Amino acid sequence: MKPKTIIEKIWESHKVHAEDGKPDLMYVDLQMVHEVTSPQAFEGLRLSGRKVRRPDLTFATMDHNVPTENRSSITDAVSKKQMETLTNNCNEFGVEIADLNSPNNGIVHIIGPELGLTQPGKIIVCGDSHTSTHGAFGALAFGIGTSEVEHTLATQTLWQSPPKTMEVRVNGRLNPGATAKDIILAVIAKHGVDFGTGHVLEYTGEAIRGLTMEERMTICNMSIEAGARAGLISPDQVTFDYLEGRRHVPEGEAFNRKVEEWQALATDEGAEYDAVVEIDSEEIEPMVTWGTNPSQGVGIHGTVPSPEDAETGAERKAIEQSLEYMDLEPGTKMTDIHIQHVFLGSCTNARISDLRAAAKIAEGRTVADGVRAMVVPGSQQVKMQAEEEGLDKIFKDAGFDWRQSGCSMCLSMNPDFVPEGERCASTSNRNFEGRQGKGARTHLVSPAMAAAAAIAGRFVDIRYLDEAVTN
Amino acid sequence: MEPIVTHTGNTAVLPRVNVDTDQIIPKQFLKRVERTGFGQFLFFDWRFLEDGSDNPDFELNQPQAEGATVLIADHNFGSGSSREHAPWALQDYGFRVIIAPSFADIFYSNCFKNGILPIRLDEEKVYRLMEKGKNQKYDVMVDLPNQKITDEQGFEETFEIDDYYKQMLINGWDEISITLQYEDKIDQFEKSMNV
Repeated sequence: MKPKTIIEKIWESHKVHAEDGKPDLMYVDLQMVHEVTSPQAFEGLRLSGRKVRRPDLTFATMDHNVPTENRSSITDAVSKKQMETLTNNCNEFGVEIADLNSPNNGIVHIIGPELGLTQPGKIIVCGDSHTSTHGAFGALAFGIGTSEVEHTLATQTLWQSPPKTMEVRVNGRLNPGATAKDIILAVIAKHGVDFGTGHVLEYTGEAIRGLTMEERMTICNMSIEAGARAGLISPDQVTFDYLEGRRHVPEGEAFNRKVEEWQALATDEGAEYDAVVEIDSEEIEPMVTWGTNPSQGVGIHGTVPSPEDAETGAERKAIEQSLEYMDLEPGTKMTDIHIQHVFLGSCTNARISDLRAAAKIAEGRTVADGVRAMVVPGSQQVKMQAEEEGLDKIFKDAGFDWRQSGCSMCLSMNPDFVPEGERCASTSNRNFEGRQGKGARTHLVSPAMAAAAAIAGRFVDIRYLDEAVTN
Repeated sequence: MEPIVTHTGNTAVLPRVNVDTDQIIPKQFLKRVERTGFGQFLFFDWRFLEDGSDNPDFELNQPQAEGATVLIADHNFGSGSSREHAPWALQDYGFRVIIAPSFADIFYSNCFKNGILPIRLDEEKVYRLMEKGKNQKYDVMVDLPNQKITDEQGFEETFEIDDYYKQMLINGWDEISITLQYEDKIDQFEKSMNV
């Protein structure tokens, strides 16, 4: 039998209908729903008198609008209405929701895995581009628009053209100080912000196999920042160990049978991809972005590039536009860039291991004068766990603001934002213009690098933090 | 959905690469629970000055782009967030056709659900159109059944489009109604896979 990739295996097992000249009609195993991209979908169902076909395969949460300081007091009337609309829709259509009072509430891409809803081999969709996060489990997970949210609610299927497949091989072992976030930022910096267009990426290689599930989620999360339709990692023992015992995962004998099924999903030896890109781990330093798309990043010892370095006219223009928005001069050392804000959070980097990595840097140190630093756990579960471990105390003692969970400053649809013209070291996924607030300047980094920037007031190499602070 | 068969309209030229959906419709306007009324917020941060007046430097505010229904854009248009508010805003503003060398996947798919025709054309051809429309009013004619773009000065190029999407736009289909014709197959699938 011809060896197959996990992508082909999942695709073939989910075809409800296929005919020439049409995309395939694909079955969806799980739809996650949040308050921003669903109201018009539920309204569409109501207007046409349709029901949710499989409420049991649909799960909702609220995250984008949630205030992180006091979630019981929502002062923005429009935000409040959007969240209430979700609650009402879920009640009307019989969909389970983790609302603000639920201990399971949190960012949609954090709670899916936490609750064991995310499992290998599933097709998972959500009206949110960072749905690719769930691919870390060997699921085919992708973001969709609101019309497709409605389509999935009504039919539990989607019309999809088969994707092209691409292997993203990360060779060798990571340098000390380099993290999962640095891998994905380096891959995008090397291959560009749209190298994945039309493809589903499979991350492979020694460096990927050595990552924990939470680190794998960070990588898959940013597949969309490479323009990919989705990104995934073949499941292995690390995956199964993470899943065992979680709420929606089968137990005992049923779990063992599932594991056998999941093991068979992994890409076969000798399977071919439509494309392959590679990166060597030794090339990967702790990364910092300087521009307004995620490919515009360099290692911490690098400098801001010049438009003169561009290979095409379009690229030159993009660099010029980014430098103007970011107010940076070509040749500036990344370690000379001072920041006023630090945001530790988002579906990319707000899991317990991210908070531990940042706390390790923060412990016994103090946030620099003039820097506002906040830690926003990805879910209420992460928050509780962190508090059990005393991480909240470490952060607070160091001068960080300790918040409740939510999307927070990743996209500032809530009260958290970066003021115009100010600079933020952020563990989120997008440094787009205006993303963290109108005129806000975002630099993407790993959790440890963000914590170190908070202490030093500028970007520093986490491997030499103490030297940087004393200088 | 309003069908598109042929369309003639003035062009607006936006020669910027990687225009993301955060630029097309910034996050503060995503809180509405309706599908309508997003056009006033299209390209908000680029389009308006601090005091709310039009930014005269922004491409869509130039006199030659007035009343444009065809947007000529650059590589990787619509990247980033999956928000369908982006095509809703473009459509509500008046755009029915977007021509670019490449689009981000989710945005591309979202366009078809909202009566917008996204056309992928070689970079060199897109840049030729940009030159023509950059400094003056410039109309193009789009013929979807024949997959052709023309102008009055002899420009004529064909474009590729998936037949399924093409029929959807020409007929203004509601995709859910189509899918529900396959309900038996969905039932069967659920039974056989035990879901």
